[in-house]
Amino acid sequence: MAFLELKNVSKSFVSSRSRSTSLAVRDFDLEIAPGEFFCLLGPSGCGKSTVLTMLAGFEHPTGGEIRVNGQPVEGPSKDRCVVFQGDDSLYPWLTAAHNVEFGLRMAGMPSAERRQKVEAALGLVGLSGQGSKFPAELSGGMRQRIQIARALVIQPKVLLMDEPFGALDAQTRHVMQHELRKIWLATKSTVVFITHDIDEAILLGTRVGVMTAGPGGTLRDVVTINIEGERDRLDPAYTRYYAEVHGMIRDEVAKSVRAMAA
Amino acid sequence: MTPSKTATLPPPIAIPRPALGPIARFLVAILPSIIGFLSLFVAWHVAAAYLVQSVLFPTPLATFGKGLELALSGQLWIQIGASLKRIILGFAAGSLIAIPIGLAIGSFRTFRKLVEPWTECLRFIPSVALITIAVIWFGIGEESKIFLIIYATVFIVILNTAAGVSAITPNKIRAAQALGATRWQVFAFVGLPATVPYILTGMRLAMANAFTTIVAAEMIAANAGLGVMLWDGRMFMMIEEIFVSLVCLGALGFITDRLFRLAILRFAGRFSPTM
Ligand SMILES: Nc1ncnc2c1ncn2[C@@H]1O[C@H](COP(=O)(O)OP(=O)(O)O)[C@@H](O)[C@H]1O
Ligand SMILES: [Mg+2]
Repeated sequence: MAFLELKNVSKSFVSSRSRSTSLAVRDFDLEIAPGEFFCLLGPSGCGKSTVLTMLAGFEHPTGGEIRVNGQPVEGPSKDRCVVFQGDDSLYPWLTAAHNVEFGLRMAGMPSAERRQKVEAALGLVGLSGQGSKFPAELSGGMRQRIQIARALVIQPKVLLMDEPFGALDAQTRHVMQHELRKIWLATKSTVVFITHDIDEAILLGTRVGVMTAGPGGTLRDVVTINIEGERDRLDPAYTRYYAEVHGMIRDEVAKSVRAMAA
Repeated sequence: MTPSKTATLPPPIAIPRPALGPIARFLVAILPSIIGFLSLFVAWHVAAAYLVQSVLFPTPLATFGKGLELALSGQLWIQIGASLKRIILGFAAGSLIAIPIGLAIGSFRTFRKLVEPWTECLRFIPSVALITIAVIWFGIGEESKIFLIIYATVFIVILNTAAGVSAITPNKIRAAQALGATRWQVFAFVGLPATVPYILTGMRLAMANAFTTIVAAEMIAANAGLGVMLWDGRMFMMIEEIFVSLVCLGALGFITDRLFRLAILRFAGRFSPTM
């Protein structure tokens, strides 16, 4: 049974200055099963973030419908927690531990219980003992881990991640991908993960959805990645998937570059 | 408008120094400030004692002597107390009025449109220009002065508070929503703390306004206060009293401003501008 359903979803934005509308996503159809790690891949500007924003309930589709567990999405909910692209969603006036416990505090959990869960969540993302630091005192990679711990600690039904490792250096990114894969293998929660990096999508996803070039992108193809357990870039299966997805993306990036030049 | 819109310069980049003990480090750190203050008084002394050499320009020593005399007689404290009381009352009332209005302007577009004509027109009328009408309306008692201080405080705090609310990045709000925060929780746990540095900056600027206003108002209509000291000093040619009042104004302004800076640093020290 489908857990997340996007039925013929489209989204256009009305520009307040020029009064013109621009299409960000069109005719987007997708069903995601519980426990899937779905990677949404596409060239920059094709509408990936817009899809995620609608799944989170921050924006409403202008056409079509989004359902979670059969219910239409009406607004944001802690069932669908978000890890944002940049680190401007952390609260700089709170310590790392207080950032992580934010959701538990909002739910009114007693502080002793909170502390225990926060400690565990910090451990899960490899930041044990760093809880008393403020975001400004942490590196970019550590801040992304805080964001991930903050979302994991409330055990959302769905984790929505928008290029969470996009701003990290290659080394840190590889470590984080590895950690996230381990966390997902352990928890098997439903994840929608946005990226423009083919390598990242194939290392992490159970399925990879490739979008057409934007603006006004839609889903072009979905590739199922059948590699169990921890994944390895030297695995011949990985290379085959890479070539397949790369072929799709190459056409779309070429289109988007042409569109930009025009 | 950003909180950096103040009269102070950004701190210079720190250059690493060889290791020193804590006391020595502290002395080295405050030495430039001490030299700066001393140079102020040395310049004053040189100007008064050697360059001008007139009874119309007392030296720092003469001024402090007079100040000590007035302090011991209790006169000085009455004047300072009168001015400070008006400033504190008006400033507190003005901030209490302004902060909710600023928060509402920043949060609700309709409210902004409703209130903007008021703030945008009235804030260009300086509080000093309202002294005459305040005296006609409220008499020469405390009410007129407190009204003027409120007026001097309100607009600048409103504008800074509203600017603070609009400066919150949308992702901070969205993150809270996706973590289960209710509307009220988003306001109390995200909107308010993110705005505090802006509110404090607005209050800091308003405090400077309050000092200007109170002196002018007291010079025109009051029985006690540092402004009265200035005016009486002119009427009765008590130059030293004038200088004592000026020094007190400088010192009080400096101390209150430092207190605000400390509060801003405490609340906003972690508030990296890039985040
Ligand atoms: N809030 C918005 N208002 C207007 N246009 C928007 C808005 N958000 C996104 N867009 C437009 O929608 C298109 C897709 O954007 P986005 O979803 O951010 O792409 P991606 O995440 O794939 O890079 C872009 O052309 C972008 O300019
Ligand atoms: Mg994006």
